Amino acid sequence: MKSLNDITGSVKKNLIWKSIFRRDYRNTVRDRAQAVFGNVFLHLHPVQVRESAVKLRFTWGMGGITFFAFIILVITGVVLMFYYHPSIDQAYTDIKDLEFQVPFGVILRNLHRWGAHFMVIVVMIHMFRVFMTGSYKAPRQFNWGIGVILLVMTFLLSFTGYLTPWDQLGFWAITVGTNMGAATPLLGYQGPFSEYLHITPYNDVRFALLGGAQVGGNALLRSYIWHCVAIPLFATILMFVHFWRVRKDGGISKPQK
Amino acid sequence: MNPFIEIITQPDNIAIVIMVFMVTFFMVWAFQQAFQNDRLLAAGLPVDGENDRFVDTFKPLVRIELIIAIVVMVGLTIWSIAVDAPLEEIANPTITPNPAKAPWYFLGLQELLVYFDPWLAGVVLPSLIVVGLLAIPYIDINPKGNGYYTFSERKYAVIIFSFGFFVLWLLLIVIGVFFRGPGWLWYWPWQEWDHSRVVFEPTRDLTALIGIDSRSLPGFIIGALVVGSYMVGGMIAPYRYWKKNNPELLTQLGMVRYVTIVFLFITMMAIPIKMVLRLVFLIKYVWITPWFSV
Ligand code: HEM
Repeated sequence: MKSLNDITGSVKKNLIWKSIFRRDYRNTVRDRAQAVFGNVFLHLHPVQVRESAVKLRFTWGMGGITFFAFIILVITGVVLMFYYHPSIDQAYTDIKDLEFQVPFGVILRNLHRWGAHFMVIVVMIHMFRVFMTGSYKAPRQFNWGIGVILLVMTFLLSFTGYLTPWDQLGFWAITVGTNMGAATPLLGYQGPFSEYLHITPYNDVRFALLGGAQVGGNALLRSYIWHCVAIPLFATILMFVHFWRVRKDGGISKPQK
Repeated sequence: MNPFIEIITQPDNIAIVIMVFMVTFFMVWAFQQAFQNDRLLAAGLPVDGENDRFVDTFKPLVRIELIIAIVVMVGLTIWSIAVDAPLEEIANPTITPNPAKAPWYFLGLQELLVYFDPWLAGVVLPSLIVVGLLAIPYIDINPKGNGYYTFSERKYAVIIFSFGFFVLWLLLIVIGVFFRGPGWLWYWPWQEWDHSRVVFEPTRDLTALIGIDSRSLPGFIIGALVVGSYMVGGMIAPYRYWKKNNPELLTQLGMVRYVTIVFLFITMMAIPIKMVLRLVFLIKYVWITPWFSV
């Protein structure tokens, strides 16, 4: 009988294993550092961090939780895209199929829906934490700004996703929401001063958002593309700038007096 | 079923119930740590984290991240097994639900529609919220309280932010979700929604209180004076106060920062003021112009 050590030993000597992990891990200072900066995912972290980064009570892990919620949403979202057509003839029945035909379709959809609610909740709490620890103060002013844009992106991601099932809930939520666009001063047809720019329901902000004067097929396609491509792309880029700046600004903030 | 239970157990509303619990929990935790640090500061001791050592990332941090990820994943999975996301009837432009509600995180803004016209509630105020948030690091020049929880060292910042965050944003969301029914009328959780209920609330404009038609020229002028003196008075009053009590602060702030802070602040405070005017004095508009009304 071979012992477990023998087996892991021979696995680690295997050519394929070695090609993936490059070197053995021996729990030395050097190897612990290597584990972080030798790994494309872990190297978002510095090799060493202050204790408070590890103690939950300072950050509550909220930024990380927000990011994790985003990852869950990207994964479940991509799988959902396999079952979905952004057209008013098919969108609703696609969701019905998800409920009744697709294996685990209900759970998939639930995870995406509740995950989205969850992300909105935790991003707000993350902002509250950053405010309460005064972590937006120098030198982190700019990263707070990136954060604010990320907050808006999170709301917009959820908002554009609302319409995609093409049910009454989404339809009217988007109708109520985009009607606000019509009230934009100067640029919305019901907004103050818009008459001076000859703004009508057919050339105002709301029209641009919906691709029409009503919530219809074009609005569905637009919200789908914003939801699945444009905003996630933009938000991902911003998140990496955000993480980069956390490090460049000196890591998680520590008391400066 | 009891209408209250019915409302809070609606699948999408469970998220708001979860939010209320999470927000309360973290609010208490934050302030508890702030007061604890305040005691340390008062005693001249180092605050929490001040003497932190460095630790390896690999193992301590990566491990805790993994644990959090698993906890979140398990939690979301349980939530997703226990509660199904609703799918309503297929979209139908001819059947308007009553009330038609925006997504829950925008219900605070929808609530503002009771008190302000859409261009303000739906466009200008939300834009100012974003601008205000972006401005915070540049207008808060208090160097203290950087990197630790504290209340005593930044009282005004914490009070103003908390008021905006907990009351004007979160509380209005909770009201929008749980207390607003058909016609956007107020319903207590134990009241049945009644779709035929009409509430006739005779609202009037401010100048009507002194018997002047708000759409007449005198009404227009008085309204302009009231709004103007709120803005101008609001701009000048803190200046006079600080000039007398803390002139150094004014020089440190400088003109641009001062104007930004005070403008954002009086705009924010206009919201509760208008709410009281509307709810207590049944006043709809303060100032009516041919282009817009406030
Ligand atoms: C999609 C949204 C967001 C993600 C994924 C995210 C992620 C993170 C992560 C992982 C950190 C490291 C520390 C921690 O976990 O607290 C962080 C820090 C930070 N975040 Fe965010 N964040 C987001 C939104 C925001 C928002 C809305 C704000 C503020 C308006 C913000 C401001 C900051 C600042 C200033 C730091 C540095 C904090 C410090 O050094 O203590 N972020 N963020």
